[in-house]
Amino acid sequence: MVNALAALVALSRSQSFDGFGDRLATIASSLEPVLLAAVVVLYGLAPVLARLAYGRALGVIFLTVLVCTAAAYPLQTLFESVPDRQGLAWNLGYAAAATAFLAWYFHLRARAFSPALAEARLQALQARIRPHFLFNSLNAVLSLIRSDPKRAEAAIEDLAELFRTVMSDNRRLTLLRDEVSLCRQYLNLEQLRLGERLQVEWRLDPAVEPALVPPMLLQPLVENAIYHGIEPGVAPGVVQIEAGREGDRLRLRLSNPYHPEHQHRQGNRMALANIRERLQLHFDVEARLDTRVAGSRYEIDILMPCRLAA
Amino acid sequence: MNPTRIAIIDDEQPARARMRELLGDCASEFPHVIAGEAANGFDGLQLVSEGGTDLALVDIHMPGMSGIEFARHALVLERPPVVIFVTAHDQYAVQAFEVNAVDYLLKPVRAARLLAALKKSGGAQLPREVLERIDPNPRHYFSVAERGRVTLVPVAEVLFLKAELKYVTVRTRAREFLLEESLSQLEGEFADVFVRIHRNCLVARKLIRSVERGSSEEGEAGWSVLLEGWEEKLPVSRRQWPSLKELLKA
Repeated sequence: MVNALAALVALSRSQSFDGFGDRLATIASSLEPVLLAAVVVLYGLAPVLARLAYGRALGVIFLTVLVCTAAAYPLQTLFESVPDRQGLAWNLGYAAAATAFLAWYFHLRARAFSPALAEARLQALQARIRPHFLFNSLNAVLSLIRSDPKRAEAAIEDLAELFRTVMSDNRRLTLLRDEVSLCRQYLNLEQLRLGERLQVEWRLDPAVEPALVPPMLLQPLVENAIYHGIEPGVAPGVVQIEAGREGDRLRLRLSNPYHPEHQHRQGNRMALANIRERLQLHFDVEARLDTRVAGSRYEIDILMPCRLAA
Repeated sequence: MNPTRIAIIDDEQPARARMRELLGDCASEFPHVIAGEAANGFDGLQLVSEGGTDLALVDIHMPGMSGIEFARHALVLERPPVVIFVTAHDQYAVQAFEVNAVDYLLKPVRAARLLAALKKSGGAQLPREVLERIDPNPRHYFSVAERGRVTLVPVAEVLFLKAELKYVTVRTRAREFLLEESLSQLEGEFADVFVRIHRNCLVARKLIRSVERGSSEEGEAGWSVLLEGWEEKLPVSRRQWPSLKELLKA
């Protein structure tokens, strides 16, 4: 896709490029057919190009440009007095040079900008855990140390593991299975301090457990569900977490009780924006995150490509 | 001296248990008895209404009613408890406490820090003005003391507020009661909920059904407001009419 696009722009720019290089031989009117033909052919080839490896795609683009140039040559000879072999060779040379230069330029640009930028953004988007949760959890663990040291130990182990994940490099995709077990550890801690106020329903399709997802995708959403859905409620509430397959896509769905009076809290939108951006960096337009209020519940829906780990 | 009677109000059971332990650690230097525990502001008000609570350790972040709103309602009691606020992490509240020189405890709490706060508290309640400054958000309830208890009336149930000589009458469909607050102060606090239609009257914005022309008893501007589920017409003053008209258009 990028290759095709690069070539299209390359051709449009080669107009001035060629003009500069050789005013004598090439005038704009003779260049136009070459450009147009190459653009049309490359546009038609774009789906094919997108599937090819970079080197092969580049070969196809070069070939297209050269064929177009050669094909347009007879047209050019109509306007010029001395048609000869040498003219064709020059034209082919120019076309190849222009294409090569622009391909190189776009290659450099792509390398310089997008992956590094994406890396940096992913790093900046590293998920965070609310201090509110940390300090309340530490307090809950402290309450156990004298009365129930065994449970206190387990809680500190959960806390350690949770923070190990939060603080690790979270740029590579991870298994949904691991993300789920992280959530379970997190929920253990929340259960400790919220008791029966927090009820969790998991609906996990075992088939999607080996699916690859951005790390710390689920945990911040579950944290949000508790912060906005369970904590503001005096009565117990249910957090539902679903994961399943929908064709070649993975669907994750979370829901929690909705408390309209608590929507002024800023945290929710920030966490959602963060996750949206991370999904986009990993899956581009193939992933989406939707939220809605359905009756008395708040729902989050995520659809993304279901890539299973080998 | 009698031991101080302390209530613990926090929505998290482990946090209450921890506070009990810490109070136990302070017992030799600060003699006290535990008056009771409550898991939210409503039960907390019930608890302190029963009397015999000198001091309450109150978490800020609780469902239904914040700890600060709890403290405001407790003030309507004849003998309100002294409140010490506790929070795990609430930047806004902490900032407000600092600005208003109000002591507070951060969770996890150290026994030594708790002891210092208990000794410092010295039996003085935080005045309403300070609580308002700490949390300028509108309350969810109005509170009145009735037979020594706190009765809460949800702000959402109130039809209109009318200024009398020294009091403000609060009217709901079911009942009316008096508040010792000023109408303009209430207007400021609940700017999104009530609108002024007269020098002495605020009405619930959402409940305005229609505005009618016709001679009301004062008949100033010749307009009066009809509220959802309420018979009586409320007169609009000449001065408030233009702003009310703007509001109705929007």
